[in-house]
Amino acid sequence: MSRCGRRQRLPRLLAAAVPAVCVVLAGCDAFEPPPIESKVVQGGDAARGRAIVASGTHGCTACHAVPGIRAPRGIVGPPLHGVARRGLIAGRLPNTPGTLVAFLADPPALAPETGMPNVGLTAEEARHVAAYLYTLERLPDAR
Amino acid sequence: MRGDARRTLPWPLLLLAAAGCDGPQSALDPAGPAAASIHQLGLFMYAGAALVTLLVTALMLVPFLRRGEPRAVRKLFLWGGGVALPGLTLTVLVPFTLAAGDAMRAPTARATVEVIGYQFWWEMAYRRADGLPPATSANELRLPVGEPVELLLRAEDMIHSFWVPSLAGKTDMIPGRVNRMVIQADRPGLWRGQCAEYCGAQHALMAFDVIAVPRAEFDAWLAGLARPVPEPETPFLREGRDLFVALGCGACHAVRGLSEGRLGPDLTQVGARRSIGAGTLPGGIGNIAGWIASAQRLKPGNRMPSYDRLEGPQLRALAAWLESLR
Repeated sequence: MSRCGRRQRLPRLLAAAVPAVCVVLAGCDAFEPPPIESKVVQGGDAARGRAIVASGTHGCTACHAVPGIRAPRGIVGPPLHGVARRGLIAGRLPNTPGTLVAFLADPPALAPETGMPNVGLTAEEARHVAAYLYTLERLPDAR
Repeated sequence: MRGDARRTLPWPLLLLAAAGCDGPQSALDPAGPAAASIHQLGLFMYAGAALVTLLVTALMLVPFLRRGEPRAVRKLFLWGGGVALPGLTLTVLVPFTLAAGDAMRAPTARATVEVIGYQFWWEMAYRRADGLPPATSANELRLPVGEPVELLLRAEDMIHSFWVPSLAGKTDMIPGRVNRMVIQADRPGLWRGQCAEYCGAQHALMAFDVIAVPRAEFDAWLAGLARPVPEPETPFLREGRDLFVALGCGACHAVRGLSEGRLGPDLTQVGARRSIGAGTLPGGIGNIAGWIASAQRLKPGNRMPSYDRLEGPQLRALAAWLESLR
């Protein structure tokens, strides 16, 4: 009777241990904050924004490394990984949808000392690009 | 089911392959007489190669499928396969090839452009009517539609090769030599040319655009190319022009009426170009600014240093002035 009981106890112990180990291991992943709900650009289409950035015609990638775009990976301006979570635009403007759209449409108007030129985005294109930039939530890997 | 899969599988693949046949840089979509004759020769040879492959495969299968000791026909194989067949093929192909090559060097041409290859960019000098100096541009070849244009090809440092697959075959550019070819675009359009002889680290980023326009448009454009650049219209653009002078950009770059440097591309109309850095990036102020500030990042090993010591507004002013040069 007692032998039989011991034999049953081992699987039960395993059954309890596996989820526990899983929970512990889950903590090993880098902390990913939840998606940002406030960063919504009215009238912005992220897919079209990505196409504008990836086409290279406005020169975004000549200065910025953009996640998911292989080349060129510019080094003149900051990399755009995790832009959705960044506190400030150009180091001085609050990173809200309205400000980002206005900045993209005419950077020197909002930040006169910036090196980023007005690359000729229309107001509509600026909204698309802003919507795309707010999909870039993943922070660069610190390791 | 498996049979169905086997039957349908090649079609998407074939379509995919065929989809790659057109575009701005394709010898399979010719837009000029030289490329057309090469394409015709190509089709002839693809068909011939397919026939030869079939013949060889069939001959290879004969001993496997036939029973008994085969009868040796050495003489037929030696004289037929070794002498008669290649002789016949070459007799047809050689005149065809010579004729196609000769058409690329046709004597008549109403326009002449000197094309000079550098590591890793192209200079285009358009000859003009008597007594006038040639008008220089870079990384872009403009042609009048429907006319044979004579190209005089040279190289300054390495052997390069001039190749616009849609318009003509390759011609090498060799230091100390002038190679002549004639190129013609049969319809208005835009094509891409590429250096076709390995010339160093950035050989792959040594490309140029070819733009064919009607004769009247070509003449007007050429007259504009020869004129000095206009005075900047705004204080901001003037700041950019002054920076170009102060930074010494003119030591390497020519801008008509301002500087005469020859170590880098002529920038007289850089704002109108479809690409910068010899096909590295599209044109436009954003790409020009990025190129000025990080040319060594974008095209490592090219002769232009990264001007990364400019203040933000200075970079914008310089890029804005360059983009205004049209």
